Amino acid sequence: MTETGKPIDRVDGRLKVTGAAKYAAEYNQPQMAYAFPVRSTIANGTIASVDTNAALQSPGVLMVLTHENAPRLKALDPQELSQAGGRLGENLVPLQDGRVHYFGQFIGVVVAETYEQARHAAGLVRVAYAEEKPAIDFETELLKGFRPETAQGQPAQLNTGQAAPLLAAAPVKIERTYTTPTENHHPMELHSTIAIWEGANKLIVHESTQSVMTVRAVVAYFFSLKPENVRVLAPYIGGGFGSKGNPWTNIVLAVMAGQAVNRPVKLVITRHMMQTNVGRRSETKQQVALGAGSDGKLAVMRHHNNSYSNLTQYFERSGSPTEVLYSAPLREITYQVARLNIGASTFVRAPGDAPGSFALESAMDELAYELKIDPVEFRVINHTTTDPLSKLPYSSEHLIECYRTGAEKFGWARRKQQPRQTRDGRYLVGYGTAAATYPASRASASARVRLAADGRVIVQSATLDLGTGTYTIMAQTAADALGVSVERIAVEIGDSDLPPAPVSARSITTASVLPAVLAACEMLRKDLMQLATADAKSKLNGVNPAEIIFSDAKFFARSDRSKSDSYSDILRRNNKTALEACTTAMPASGSGLGAPGASCILAPTDSEENSDAQKYSFHSFGAQFAEVRVDEDLGLIRVKRFTTVHDVGRIMNEKTARSQIIGSVTYALGETLMEETLFDKRFGNPVTRTLADYHVPVNLDVPPIDVHFIGKPDPHISPIGARGLGEIASVGVAAAVANAVFNATGKRIRDLPITPDKLL
Amino acid sequence: MRPFQYTKVNDASAAVQAVSANANSQFLAGGTNLIDLMKEDVACPVELVDITRLNLTQISTVAESGNLSIGALAKNSDTANHPVVRQNYPLLTQAILAGASGQIRNMATNGGNLNQRTRCSYFYDTAMPCNKRELGSGCGALEGINRYHAIFGWSEQCVAVYPSDMAIALAALDAIVQVQRADGTQRTIAFADYHRLPENNPEKDNSLNPGELITAIELPTNNFADRSYYLKVRDRSSYAFALVSVAAALEMDGNQIQQARVAMGGVAHKPWRALEAEEFLTGKTATAANFQAAAEAEMRQAKPLEHNQFKVELGKRIIARALMQAMNDGRA
Repeated sequence: MTETGKPIDRVDGRLKVTGAAKYAAEYNQPQMAYAFPVRSTIANGTIASVDTNAALQSPGVLMVLTHENAPRLKALDPQELSQAGGRLGENLVPLQDGRVHYFGQFIGVVVAETYEQARHAAGLVRVAYAEEKPAIDFETELLKGFRPETAQGQPAQLNTGQAAPLLAAAPVKIERTYTTPTENHHPMELHSTIAIWEGANKLIVHESTQSVMTVRAVVAYFFSLKPENVRVLAPYIGGGFGSKGNPWTNIVLAVMAGQAVNRPVKLVITRHMMQTNVGRRSETKQQVALGAGSDGKLAVMRHHNNSYSNLTQYFERSGSPTEVLYSAPLREITYQVARLNIGASTFVRAPGDAPGSFALESAMDELAYELKIDPVEFRVINHTTTDPLSKLPYSSEHLIECYRTGAEKFGWARRKQQPRQTRDGRYLVGYGTAAATYPASRASASARVRLAADGRVIVQSATLDLGTGTYTIMAQTAADALGVSVERIAVEIGDSDLPPAPVSARSITTASVLPAVLAACEMLRKDLMQLATADAKSKLNGVNPAEIIFSDAKFFARSDRSKSDSYSDILRRNNKTALEACTTAMPASGSGLGAPGASCILAPTDSEENSDAQKYSFHSFGAQFAEVRVDEDLGLIRVKRFTTVHDVGRIMNEKTARSQIIGSVTYALGETLMEETLFDKRFGNPVTRTLADYHVPVNLDVPPIDVHFIGKPDPHISPIGARGLGEIASVGVAAAVANAVFNATGKRIRDLPITPDKLL
Repeated sequence: MRPFQYTKVNDASAAVQAVSANANSQFLAGGTNLIDLMKEDVACPVELVDITRLNLTQISTVAESGNLSIGALAKNSDTANHPVVRQNYPLLTQAILAGASGQIRNMATNGGNLNQRTRCSYFYDTAMPCNKRELGSGCGALEGINRYHAIFGWSEQCVAVYPSDMAIALAALDAIVQVQRADGTQRTIAFADYHRLPENNPEKDNSLNPGELITAIELPTNNFADRSYYLKVRDRSSYAFALVSVAAALEMDGNQIQQARVAMGGVAHKPWRALEAEEFLTGKTATAANFQAAAEAEMRQAKPLEHNQFKVELGKRIIARALMQAMNDGRA
């Protein structure tokens, strides 16, 4: 492999920085109308009456839809939708009834000639409610909450009650409560839709989404269309972080509005709506108890997780790092979930593991301190090479190397075990560390490759690039597999008419899509080689295919490089303008995608790969190191530098990978230091309404981030050996910083975010 | 945003006439706050009178008094970086640069900065009660989320805080606001009288009468330039409103404090002059203990709400630290 791993620039970089890359909201159409939602101003109750007269009379207004006049869509049966390949962020179909489940819910939509007219008229819709007391207070509602049996397919009540006797007997133990606040995703690009009906049965949707396939399934389902008659396009996305993983009510609203006015309709939600209508990470309250022998060996781990949920089965699986890390003989992991009148909780970058690791890895630091053992050594002492729950070995695991590399690069040896030992002027200086882990998932994915006689290659898949580098690493993979330079390869993605690929979430794109690209390229290469060896006019005629090598868009005989044949010559001699191959790479471990595209055939997976899913547990690992400076008089904290080391299999492009890690750490620093959505308990409105009060980091909040990779391919996840890396670097950041704050000041912060008031 | 009429005028008298003639008319300068408020349907003017062509951008010394006159339409950035401001009023430079972002400061004018409105979330959200937006609807923040809210001078009607950084320095520097009346005549307002406490009329932020236009802000000469400091604590490193900020300035006679000025931001409905602290310090020596005692004297009268009790302790520490920094030649 010559291209793979190279830190080449993004192939779409120029388009991005020159503004030529078009995003969903930029596909303006002739005759396009604009939709603006009407939102509920209560959090619980029913709509008593709606008066749309003023809105209808407002200039430019074409239509006002509410539950009173909106078309009735197919009723939601989540099971049926799921079988059709669809999922919703919240199980709520807009404008089908007058029930209000949360503040800001879409209860109407105004369609007008201009955006301003639609927005203005939306404010003129008068709504009266029969209001009921909303359930907003997390603490109170937790008491009435429920204990789920499963958490996204995993048992949600593990070894209930079994930890207590072991904790009682443990020579050294700690028991602490940690909390993390509600967090919103806030990618730069707002959720945007342009719905273009082409007659009654056909539809094009430009959508800012992490899955064109899911949007297609959802739209086809509710509007009773054939999936192949719905084309969803998302060539570029301005970030998602999970908020665009499952479709939300705004998409259905836009398509409904387009149908109602029989014109193309654009609906772009506002930043306020990003706080209420497209999901959030729920608040968590986590009780962690750890017991160890005086030798530092963990005897028992208990992690009780509280979160909230609404309109979906989703809740924050914050116990997940405790399932994976450390070799304790017994672990008890349980969940309690409150039902609140807040929009649905959903996955946010590193779901479960990001808040969960704050609790677990803070507790590990607290126990290491009690034991008077260095926190890195404490983790090494308790290291496990097998998955504690499944008892399977990890497919490829180098966590101790992450600790050692990180400690060396960071200068961990300079750390003092006792807090308050290091000062720099008025600042107290502290070092902290934490482990990171994240599931290494892979799903089936399809790709098509087309080689034209002019030597150009097109690689296609209905996957997406969230700004992460998918375009680039697909090109690099194809370049190596075909022996063609990256410049000759065009990548086409973000189109539901292309061979299907899974949702770009859970860090699965690299692990899932690249094996499909590789398989399709190999299939094409073999077909092309066969044309050459069977062709009397080829210098390679009759040469054993095993003896043929390839590079520079040519085949060569290994033993005699003068025997060669170029791809273009082979196609021309065979009167072909192009050659094409399409495959679906389906790991036995992966989740299905339904039937592969008609033109795609299943890639042959060898039996070895098929059985790996039963033989190994797939996870990525990492180590985080933070230096903080705290002005304890004023409660000011600055993260001075950050070292992050990750074991994520093969690195496909060192540059885009590094950018992903920097982004993940930055994202998590926001969650560590400032991000917090607060709700008024009386009204259920988020008091943090916009980016003016939902703070995300500014440049000055983000220190230099020193990124290192172990870089050892995972031999079991795929022939490529790359696992995903979009989320793992968000795991453990909060704990590393909070542990550094303790090392600096002697003060434990167990409640995120670490704002000045908490440090006083 | 509601439809509105837009008028552009060329001189101050035309501006005040236009706005006086229409009760629902407002001046438009940098627009960095007003346009946001209009988008949110909080400000609903039917007419905007664009005053950006008015010749009110000069920053110059007034011959008779020696005061520095800062034009109402001078941009925040230009004001902060003006050589005379940097030299003689570094406290103002620091305060301006602690606010907003570079882009906003490039658009925002000095007069507009004074008249920016609270960032209280209940004020911005038209679904919420707010007496400042709609008198009689109640105060959402009083028993709501009030971490950012007032600890001094609030009323049952309103607990909002005034958001400007620039104005905190202006308060400490005893600035004078020059105003053109609706009838074309001029009047001056002492800075301490310019902004109001909420009392029973939180809808009124300041003492301007309808149609009155700020033309300039005057800074009296002082001996604070070598001993002043603006210190702001916020939830991130920049581009956030103050939890608490302090503008501190000292005039020394040897080791004795001749005159002290302390103004606080993020704590009240107006720039809060810490008169207790100032009085305590006058004639005292400049020691950490005295700064501490002055801070405590001031914060004794604080009345925190449910979520902002931390501001009392934080306020003490910021006052003491800002005074210490001022002593240490805290230039911008």
